[in-house]
This record gives sequence, structure tokens and C-alpha cells, in this order.
Amino acid sequence: MPEQQPPAPPPLALDGVSKSFGSVRALRGLSLELRAGEIHALVGENGAGKSTLVKTIAGVHRPDSGQILVDGETTAFQAPADAQRAGIAVIHQEPTLFPDLSVAENIFVGRQPRTRLRTIDRALMRRRTAEAFARLGVETDPDRPARGLSIADQQLVEIAKALTRRARVLVMDEPTAALSGVEAERLFRVARSLRDSGTALLFISHRFDEVFALCDRITVVRDGAFVSCDPTPELDVDTVVRRMVGREVSSLYPKEEAQVGETVLEVEGLTRRGVFTDVSFSVRAGEIVALAGLVGAGRSEVVRAAFGVDRHDTGTVRVLGRELPNGRPRAAMAAGAALVPEDRRLQGLVMESSIERNSTATRRGPLSRLGLLRPRAERDAAREWGERLQLKYGDTTDPVSTLSGGNQQKVVLAKWLSTRPRLLFIDEPTRGIDVGTKAEVHRLLSRLAGEGLAIVMVSSELPEVLAMADRVLVMHEGRITAELDRDAATEETVMYAATGQQPRSAA
Amino acid sequence: MVPDHTRTPAGTVSRLRSALSLREAPVLGALLVTLVCAAMFVDNFATERNTGFLLLSVAAIALMALPMTLIVITGEIDLSVASTLALSSATMGVLWEAGVPIETALWICLAVGLAVGALNGVLVTLCGLPSLAVTIGTMALYRGLAYVLLGDRAVASYPQTWVSGVRDTVPGVPGLPWTVLAIALLAVLFAVLLHASVLGRSLYDIGNNAEAARFAGVRVRWTKFWLFAASGLVSAGAGVLWTLQYGTSRADTAFGLELQVVAAVLLGGVSIFGGVGTVVGVMAGVLLLGSLRNALQLLGISSDVLQVVTGLILIASVVAPSAAARLRARRKAPGPRPAPDPDDRNRPVAAPSGEES
Repeated sequence: MPEQQPPAPPPLALDGVSKSFGSVRALRGLSLELRAGEIHALVGENGAGKSTLVKTIAGVHRPDSGQILVDGETTAFQAPADAQRAGIAVIHQEPTLFPDLSVAENIFVGRQPRTRLRTIDRALMRRRTAEAFARLGVETDPDRPARGLSIADQQLVEIAKALTRRARVLVMDEPTAALSGVEAERLFRVARSLRDSGTALLFISHRFDEVFALCDRITVVRDGAFVSCDPTPELDVDTVVRRMVGREVSSLYPKEEAQVGETVLEVEGLTRRGVFTDVSFSVRAGEIVALAGLVGAGRSEVVRAAFGVDRHDTGTVRVLGRELPNGRPRAAMAAGAALVPEDRRLQGLVMESSIERNSTATRRGPLSRLGLLRPRAERDAAREWGERLQLKYGDTTDPVSTLSGGNQQKVVLAKWLSTRPRLLFIDEPTRGIDVGTKAEVHRLLSRLAGEGLAIVMVSSELPEVLAMADRVLVMHEGRITAELDRDAATEETVMYAATGQQPRSAA
Repeated sequence: MVPDHTRTPAGTVSRLRSALSLREAPVLGALLVTLVCAAMFVDNFATERNTGFLLLSVAAIALMALPMTLIVITGEIDLSVASTLALSSATMGVLWEAGVPIETALWICLAVGLAVGALNGVLVTLCGLPSLAVTIGTMALYRGLAYVLLGDRAVASYPQTWVSGVRDTVPGVPGLPWTVLAIALLAVLFAVLLHASVLGRSLYDIGNNAEAARFAGVRVRWTKFWLFAASGLVSAGAGVLWTLQYGTSRADTAFGLELQVVAAVLLGGVSIFGGVGTVVGVMAGVLLLGSLRNALQLLGISSDVLQVVTGLILIASVVAPSAAARLRARRKAPGPRPAPDPDDRNRPVAAPSGEES
């Protein structure tokens, strides 16, 4: 990799860093070098280890092996404070400011400058905030409370915080996911001016137009391992995508042809004020319909409202012609619907509880007699579905927290598929699970569709959407902006609809 | 690919062991040690008369601890139980003074309890307020209502047949009052409900992860509402029992008893964070606290010291499980993993035929 030895050692480098969580190997010997005066892109599929990498750089995680080098010196971050002291700042997708403190107080929280009387020097705080804002070209009043700032402004406050800390390494973790085009442009101007003044930037994004327009070098990671690192001019989108995915997209997901049958789900004019508006679609037996769009577009919220976990304000949901009452998951279940939720740890599973209790949680009624549970029936049911989904486990009484992410997802699938649904809502079916299990899940969904199940899939992974879905509904800011047939759905058409833009020539 | 779930020949033993999991073992052990020591070293402890007295002295606490167990398992708490008891007792007093027969008054007391419990439930579930705050408020409110009914008077003119009737022992079993037997049967009912019913299983889910329970179709708010209503009902029943047991109604009766109920529940291995606990453990906790107090009283130790002992036991019962968990975690902490092969970087991605881990 070394072409020309830079004059000074890089402000931050990772060398062969590995990190595992239980049986999941999030990082496998990853190396990365951030140079001063350079914007470095990190791209990879969801679950490729980007977040773990960021947390390792930020001092949240300690690597199991490998080294973190600051200015060429081996360093061990014990805590985020160590990373901050080393000049590393992380800007998260959604910053967490203290809403009741002023902007200036937020910037100096925990390190407020003092006057000679040991009281907080508000004047100095305000002045230095104003200086940082001036450098960033931001016109925010340092005295206003952080409450009510847009996400874009909150990110800029975080960047100002980094500036006042004299951070030399700035990590931006999907900063543009929730920004409008204008806001993103402003962020890029700030990023470029920081680069030109010698800061090393790491930019994480899955929007290729941004990556190619902004970044000097691009590192691709896959399954926690380093794949490639090249200067941007030597790359194109296709190459990067191929490296991210590791094989041709078309061979990845085996979606079979399915006989399309009767209409199972009809959603009409569904609205939840401030979240999504006038959403209408229908799904037929044997169909896989994907809801695509950016994070925050309202996809999961639509699914949750349709299933009844959340209430909706207006509109109707019908399953097999029967209208579902508002906000009643049990009624949806009785009508033949199932929901595999987005966050399996928070919504899908009771982590402390056993495999058998989790996988039978949706049908304790049928498995009980006279209202009393029959442990044997529960165990047998859990084993049956464990076998069917090739679940890897020790004993059905083990807590699900002992399983790997992929196997946890299988327990969630067992929990819902065992209700013999006619309609399956599945939100991020393969988030954070390993490649092997991912393919298994895709095959399973395809087979279920073939057996006549109607599937509504929410996914942030475009390749998954494109390969699996018979139809793609694209959402942007709470509305469906496009309905694309399998043939019409491409990475570009979906992305344009998702960002609410018209096709334009590459910048 | 065949899952390794065949290692269950010793299943019954391991299941039995996990049934009496680590959380309940300490309280059962402590109860046993206390009973044996007290029987050996405390005069008059292991007598028929004292046994009956001891059991009756914990009857009201045991009663209120049953719904409290379910409530704490769902991650909530009801601090208004002793005030509900007092309100029920005061209602009884007023009705009896007004000439209402006890058979009728009893049902009215239970209805009052159900109503005030339902009010707790509404405030917690419909208004979405934290139960700790709600029931501290209603603790004062219900106690206040008891004072409104009785002022600082006492009603003590209950008929002797009722008063001594509560203390009658089961024929042929000296030292076992029939009321205690009834409470024991109720405890069995609660144990079946909690450990073997669909509803009981969902209580643990709510306590561990209410969000996941909601996604699985559990009616979280509906369930919690009825738990609070049941707690009010049972506390009112405890109020009736208390009134007849001591033959008086006073507004300040059972003041501070809710802390003993909570102490017994936590001592019995129920997690204050919800999701964990058994009825057996809680009943052992009730008996442990009761017999400790009883033994210390027989030894002539002042009630101030009893208060201190109760407080210390409560703290110990909350600290012990988390300390034990920390110890266990430290013992299990994995060592650093071996460094990966540096050639691992450009490792080809595994074929999707199976999963390696």
C-alpha cells in the first residue's frame, strides 16, 4: 500500500484491528490510515463493521487485537476521553446535545473555562464559540438553547466543539443521512475547509455521489475486513459496489418466481401526522413488496402502524378484506399478519428470556391447555422451528442473548412464522447478521413467497431490495414518491425517488 | 447442522436446579437458618401459640405481597397498599358504626379497594405516569381519605365472634389459623398464575422488555391496569382481615407497612428492575422478615432496633443480587482473543451455503 512515505506520520492509523462480540467478529484485522489534509471515505454494506470501527476510534470499544497509532505512536484508548485528548472527534448521524443548555454551554460542557474566581467564564465561552462558528461560516447565536436546532445545525455545533478542542481527526458517521441537499452542501463546504487547514477527516456514507464528490481516498470494508483503499479518481461506483458486496449482485439473492394470488393487504390513505402522509398500497399473495427510502423516511413507521403497534390518525388497513382496528396488534395477528421488527434486541426479543420462551411468545394461547402452559409443548415447538430454520443453539432453555445476531434473527423469524401468517411485515430482515445467514434469510423469504405468503419488506440495503422485491415502493419524507416494478427498479431510480430528486447528470 | 440439544438425560435434575435458581436459594437458606436458630435459642419461639401468632402477624403482609410480586415483576411498584388497607379498615369502621352488618360491609370494603386500585391503574397506564410517583401520591391520598372517614377516632366495637373467628385454627392442626391456610391457598393460586399461565409469562416479558412484549401482541397497559386493580382489591381484603384480627379500625393503622411488603418482595428475589422473581421466594421473604422480628421481639429487643434490622435486610436484598451478578460476570470474562492471521484481510467471503461462527 505505501507509495510514498508522507513526511509526518499520519495523525491516526489503525493496524490490524480486530474486535468480536460473542461469536460475531465485527472487525477482522482492519487497517486504515487517515492523513492530515485529506478526506477519507469509508464505505461498506450495513453490518460491514463501520460502526464498530467508529466506536473503536472514539475509544468506546477496545480492540481485541491490533493497534491504534496516533502520530505513529501506539496508543490504547481506555475511554472516549482518551480519544478526545488525542485530538479525535466523532460527529454522529444524530448528535445528542443537552437541549436545555445554550449552544455555547453545549460546546464547552465538562470543560468550561473558568474566571479567576473559579466561576464559569461565560464571556470567554461565548467568544470562542463565536470564533468557531465564524470559521465554519455558521450564523447560529451561541446563546440560544440547543433545543429546536435542526439536525444539520446540531452537527455543526458538534463540529464547532471539535474545533474548540483543536481536534485533528474528525470522524463523520453517516452525517448526511438526515440532511436536506442544501444542508449537506453546507456540511461539505465545512469539511473541505477543515481539510484545507490540515484536519484529517473520515467520512462514512452510503451515498456514492457524495463520496465521489467529496473524498480523496476510498476504503472499502466487507464483513469487518479491509478490502481495498484507492484514490478516488482511480475508482468508479460499479467497482466500489462490487467490492462492497464481494460478488455480482445478481447472484446474491435467489428470488424465485412465485404465483401471485389474491390481494392480502390493502392500505389506503394511511396517515400519522408528522410521520407519514396518505400512504396507499396493496400486496398480493406470493408477492414481495419492498419499502425503500432513506433512514427516517417513515418506512418502519408505516409498517408499525399497519400492524397496529402504533396508532394512525386516518386511513384504513385491510387484511384479506377485513379492516383492522386501529392500534391493536392482537387483531392484526388474528387476521393473519406478523411483524418481524426492525430492532430485534429492543422489539423482537426478550434478551434475558430463553430461546423457547421467545420463539413461542406469539402463540402461547394455542400451546396452552385451560390457560396453563405446557412446557413440553413449548420445548417441542421451539425445537421444531429451530430445526426448520437451522438454528444453532445449545439448549432451548438458553437465553437468546447467548446467540449470535444471525441466530437471534432466526428466533424472531421462528416466533412469527410459527403463527402461520398470511402476511409478513419484515423490517430490515438482515440487519447486522453475517453473510451466510443473510443468504439463508433471503432464500427463506423467497420460498415463503412461493408458498403464497404476502411479504412487505422494509430494507435499507439497496441490493437486497433490488434482488428480492417484485415491486419497490420508495418513500421520501413520509410519502410514497415512486412505485417501481422489478424491471424499472435500479439503484438510480430508487435513489432518486428516495432523495426526492429528479434524475440529473453526475456532478 | 444438527442442533446440539440432545444433552438432556440429566434434564430433570438441571431443571429442578434452575427452578430453585440462585436468586431464591439465599432467602430459603436464610429462612431455614433463622427458624432453626430461633427454635434452638429463643424461648417460646417453637410453640403452638407463637407459631399461630407469627403466622397471623405476617398474614396481611403476605396477602399484599402477592399482587405486589406481579407488579414489581412488570417493572412497576404499588406503594399505596398500606394506605388502601387503612382506607378499607376505616370504611369498615364507619359502616359498622352505621349499623351495616359485617357480611355486607366486607363486600363494600373490597369494592372500595378495587376502585382505588383501578385509579392507580388508570393513572399509571392511561396517563403514562411512573407508578412510583403515582402511588406515593395515592399513598397520601388514600390515607387522607381514611382520616376523613374516621378522624382520630377508633372503632373497636366489632362482635367477638368475628374477631376471634379470624384467629381460629384449622381443626386438628394447632398453630395454623384457617385464615393463614386461606392465604396459603391464594399464594398457590398466584404461583400457578405467575409461573404456569399465559398471563404470567407475559408479565415477565413486560418486565424484561415491554416494547418487545407489545410487538408480540401483549396488551401491556391493559395487563398493568388489572394488576393495580387486583392490588387494591387484595389490599382491601388485607384491611378487612387486619380490622377483625386486631378488633379495631383506625385511620393510622398499618402505617408504613408498604415498606415491609416491598422489603419482603425484594428479599424474596424479585428484581426491582422487573422481569425476575417467584412467588415461593417472596413467601419465604415474608416469613423470614416475620420470624426475625418475632424472634427479636421474644428476645426483648426494642422495636427501634427491629426497624434498623428491617432496613438493613432490605438493603442487603437489593445489593446482593447485583453484587452476585457482577462477581459472576467477572469470573466469566473472556481473555483476549488470539490475534487473527494477517492474511485474513483479503479472505474471500464465505459461500452462502452455511454459517460459520
